[in-house]
Amino acid sequence: MSQQSSVLYDVPGPRQRRVTLISSLVAVVVVLAGAYLFIYRPLADKGQFSMELWGPLVDPSNENFPLVWDRIGYGLKNTLIAAALAIVSSLVVGTLLAVLRIQLKSLTRRRFTGAAAPVAYLLRGLSWVLAAVTRVCVEVFRGLPVVITIFFVARGFPEFGASFDNLWYLVIGLTIYNSVVIAEILRSGMEGLPSGQAEAASAIGLSPFQTTGLILLPQAFRIMLPALISQLVVVLKDTSLGFIISYEETLNIGKQIIGVLGNPIQVYVVIAVLFIAINYSLSKLAQYVQHRLSQGRKSAGTPAPAPPPAALTSQAEGAGGV
Amino acid sequence: MNVLIDKFDVFAGGFWLTLQICFLAAIGALILGAVVAVLRISPVPPLRAVGTTYVNIFRNLPLTVVLFFAAFGLPALGSNADFLRIPGLDSIFSRLGTDLPYFRFGLIALVLYTAAFVCEALRSGVNAVPPGQAEAARSLGLTFGQNLRHVVLPQSWKASVVPLGSVIIAMIKNSALVGFFGVVGDLSQTADQLTSAGGYPFIPVAIGISVGYLIMTVPLGALLDRIEKRQAVAR
Repeated sequence: MSQQSSVLYDVPGPRQRRVTLISSLVAVVVVLAGAYLFIYRPLADKGQFSMELWGPLVDPSNENFPLVWDRIGYGLKNTLIAAALAIVSSLVVGTLLAVLRIQLKSLTRRRFTGAAAPVAYLLRGLSWVLAAVTRVCVEVFRGLPVVITIFFVARGFPEFGASFDNLWYLVIGLTIYNSVVIAEILRSGMEGLPSGQAEAASAIGLSPFQTTGLILLPQAFRIMLPALISQLVVVLKDTSLGFIISYEETLNIGKQIIGVLGNPIQVYVVIAVLFIAINYSLSKLAQYVQHRLSQGRKSAGTPAPAPPPAALTSQAEGAGGV
Repeated sequence: MNVLIDKFDVFAGGFWLTLQICFLAAIGALILGAVVAVLRISPVPPLRAVGTTYVNIFRNLPLTVVLFFAAFGLPALGSNADFLRIPGLDSIFSRLGTDLPYFRFGLIALVLYTAAFVCEALRSGVNAVPPGQAEAARSLGLTFGQNLRHVVLPQSWKASVVPLGSVIIAMIKNSALVGFFGVVGDLSQTADQLTSAGGYPFIPVAIGISVGYLIMTVPLGALLDRIEKRQAVAR
């Protein structure tokens, strides 16, 4: 142990190393025994390792192999399309929403001294109402489960005569939820910036809109980039909810395959591995970006930015969605 | 709007069932998550590996896949999750003891999935404690266990509360998914049933269901905001 991995315990001495070695061995034996007893044995007893069940997924010479992977590829493509559309649209809508909320907040503080008294009161009332409405919308859609949002979109839109492809219901549902979350991430990023930034911007004569667009938003994006990338993982995971509105994404295709071949455990294992591979590499990307950003900050000699509020980052870390 | 009054007992029943599954899953996930967090910071490398693997798997898997495993994989293994029929508990939470296993399957999936996030929330709390604290404790000669118990955990608890709260909020929202996996009568399944089978108009049902979820999530979120603001001042 050349590098110390934790501050919680000392670099082990000879005795501690022996104890660690022995407990490691014991732990390995216990874990292996547990895996054998509770995972391998039940699976083997039910014949879940037979080539009959695994063959179509792993054996290229199996007659169903090309067909099955063709379908899985199709589902994966649909998943990625839905994810890409949802990500782009929720980034755009989320940014607009964040800017809107910041602008409205500054409007509510304005007194409109230039206008006549009734007009000024009207404008103040209007901006206050608009700010309240956007706030309520954000709170409501942040508090609703994504499943429910998607379900409502898929059931509600046809009621009003707007029927689309299932893909668009999924994208709209995901966009509603994720744009609200992204808006909150960006807004807290902008509000976490030192107040001198906005003051300096208005001192050199930038309008409030320019201040947000040129000064606050770029910095908020930069600070919140890791949280934003983690939110992308959430979007990708949430596309699997397409199955409730029978959009043909990976899981739904998996269900179809199971309907034909009758091997649920094997198909789900393959799908799980696919999801883990994609999402894990995305999370690694988020970590890498965070690492790069913190290094860039250090070399530039600027003070470290205030960390984003824990509630937001942990929500963005994937707990927020499904 | 009549459906809200006529079917109030259905909405209330759905709310109650969702609350039950959230309560049980929260307790289960907190316990399992704490165990995994201990594994992840333990000095024994294989245990650390187990904890890390667990978190990586369940954080990167959609809950939908976990639920599919629970709802279709467990029966394929011949398990009905009967170990959750705890005598006493199943008289309070009647669904634990029914012959239909889907409530128990949904509960298992929620617990397994949420525990990964609970673990990360706890660990981020431990990481938030300044390293000097643990180093000082070590230099006093405290062992790993004493260090955690007397120095690190009492301080990390403060930093963990807010992330833990948002994990629980996310879990309440995620619990909507079990309604699509055979759990009859929770809020989300109620929405499906009333609009499609019941033939009730869509808007009032949507409002009723939304209010049901918002009652659970919004106050909790507001509470967390308050706690976070107070902590920011205290620091």
